[in-house]
Amino acid sequence: MVNFSALALIPLFPAFGAVFNLFFGDRLGRRVVNIVGPGVMFAAFAVAAWAFVRLAAMQPGSALVAHLWTWIVAGGFNANVGFRVDALSAVMILIVTGVGALIHVYSVGYMAHDEDFARFFTYLNLFAAAMLILVLADNLLLMFVGWEGVGLCSYLLIGFWYTNPQNSYAGRKAFIVNRIGDAGFLLGTFTIVAALASHGVWTLDFQALRANADLIGSAAATAAALLLFLGATGKSAQIPLYVWLPDAMAGPTPVSALIHAATMVTAGVYMIARLNFLFLMAPSALALVATIGALTALFAATIALVQSDIKKVLAYSTVSQLGYMFLGVGSGAFASGIFHLMTHAFFKGLLFLCAGSVIHALSGEQDMNKMGGLRTKVPITFWTMMVATLAIAAIPPFSGYFSKDLILESAYESGHTGLWLIGVITAGMTSFYMFRLIFLTFFGTSRVEPEREHHLHESPPVMTIPLIILAILAFVGGWRTHGFEQFLAPVVGEFKPAVEANALGLSAIASASGLVGIALAYLFYIQRPELPDALARGMSDLYDLLLNKWYVDELYDAIVTKPLFWGSDNLLNRLADRFVIDGAVNGAGLTVESVGEVARRAETGNVQHYALAYLIGAIGVAAYYLYLVTH
Amino acid sequence: MIPLHYMMSLSAIIFAIGVAGVIIRRNILVMFMSIELMINAVNLAFIALGSRLGSIDGQVIVFFVMTVAAAEAAIGLGIIISVFRNRETVHADDLTLLRW
Repeated sequence: MVNFSALALIPLFPAFGAVFNLFFGDRLGRRVVNIVGPGVMFAAFAVAAWAFVRLAAMQPGSALVAHLWTWIVAGGFNANVGFRVDALSAVMILIVTGVGALIHVYSVGYMAHDEDFARFFTYLNLFAAAMLILVLADNLLLMFVGWEGVGLCSYLLIGFWYTNPQNSYAGRKAFIVNRIGDAGFLLGTFTIVAALASHGVWTLDFQALRANADLIGSAAATAAALLLFLGATGKSAQIPLYVWLPDAMAGPTPVSALIHAATMVTAGVYMIARLNFLFLMAPSALALVATIGALTALFAATIALVQSDIKKVLAYSTVSQLGYMFLGVGSGAFASGIFHLMTHAFFKGLLFLCAGSVIHALSGEQDMNKMGGLRTKVPITFWTMMVATLAIAAIPPFSGYFSKDLILESAYESGHTGLWLIGVITAGMTSFYMFRLIFLTFFGTSRVEPEREHHLHESPPVMTIPLIILAILAFVGGWRTHGFEQFLAPVVGEFKPAVEANALGLSAIASASGLVGIALAYLFYIQRPELPDALARGMSDLYDLLLNKWYVDELYDAIVTKPLFWGSDNLLNRLADRFVIDGAVNGAGLTVESVGEVARRAETGNVQHYALAYLIGAIGVAAYYLYLVTH
Repeated sequence: MIPLHYMMSLSAIIFAIGVAGVIIRRNILVMFMSIELMINAVNLAFIALGSRLGSIDGQVIVFFVMTVAAAEAAIGLGIIISVFRNRETVHADDLTLLRW
């Protein structure tokens, strides 16, 4: 516990950038925004790195804190605005500011032809500030502030090109689906407060919660853990609330890379790792986390197999990889989930940026059926994307191998053999659909439309340099597995295996699964390109099911959206609003009007009539008092 | 010593004449004069009762009323002149612009 008030600067730099770009961005022009937008992120990264270096030099288990002010005092309860950097949040702030800064730089190139650059960087900076508050917060309430802030920025950025109604629809969908999860988060928080308050402890501070975890009781802990996990499924796109993430690809590609791959969607994993003591008290909730994670990983991977939009493949792949992270933390190996979170930030951020570079090169084309043969046209994009693909396919020695391996090993050793098997199968699918993407995009003959072919070009250095840096990270990012686990151990605890396993054997099986996936993709899309179509025709029912994403959107539409709209229109709009409320208001007006229509006849305008009425009134009053006096 | 009820009766008669004038006469100038009659009827009642009760309050109030009545007479006549200039009538039945 060392005081380090410079921590406040980490979210303040991007917040300043957001305010600056909002008010002066358009006036000062593109060149200033292009410096300020990424600049504040590099400044935040410098402070974060400084904090990390200081923390690394200290005893394991120590932390840097910055208490800013007391936010809420209500009876015995109080919440601070305070930041805290321990091993877990140190990793997170480095990812958010580091990957974030690279993506900001990339955005300079990607948004070079967009008129609305100032608004874009305003939102992007604001997002970074909110995300940093989320990971730096020292209590659950302040974390929720960041949690909502990133949700807002996600909504704003998905609907960034708002002139297309589909984009604003996608933004609203993301926002509303996240509301469901956020309600769970809040209820979970209330449950914790209520459980502790009955023992006279009023706090949401993470340290105090950990110290008083025993007081919560296992029933309340299970309830709170389940509700908080509902929040995590919303933010981190897990079954049943994952439906918003694929649609979120409507936003600009750097947004998909930063928010919907590298940082925001991992907030749920971070939250569970942060509250590991709570989830460890609720083994059934933890098992549910692992199960949902594994099922989501498999489910999303099956959809990714057949999508033809390059960003949709990556979106489902993100859902799938997030499922792996939940499988990791759900197995009790919190460090493995965070480890995969980090390598995923590198390789998935890179994959999205590469996809953006391809889309940029093809003047906005996203359909992989209209790509092909781009290997020589965009060589830097190709090679960096290859690195990222090998990483996500978990091929040694790329970073994804180490993190995915650790998760699968933990799942097996915690006794979830079935979930481990799902993970292994999903790993094969992952490498299949990723290499399908690579082969369709970069290999074979060009299927690019002639007018797009015309100005096909490699992206400028401002976009390719972030790609190269991320490629290096995606390559080496997983090499210090053991050191990473030890670094996090004081915060998230050490994983205790329940089942002995041959780690090397497990690793060989997982890698073999990945290699089979690659071989199949090679067979399907290089050697015998007619095979996929034949297969799709042969199993057209299954193919349609996958192509239409298991009809989940349609299902939700039928059981949630439609009844909601029906109820809103018929009960709330027609009955309650138009009939009851409008009826009451209009009825009151109508009554006054019709009574007035009659009563106004009494107004003759002749002053003597008024005087007569006054006289009669005065006589009446006098007579009344006379009556009172005489009786 | 004049008995009180003489004075009160006189006051009431003058007041009733004023009321009748306001209600019955159509000429607003006459109506205005009738109002002055009512004011002075009330003044008479104040004086009579003040004298009877041996209190100076009645006389003091009469002075107030006379002051206000003077001001009111000036304003009222001004209004009537203004009305006549604009409408060329002082007939109350013709001055009914504020009706429904």
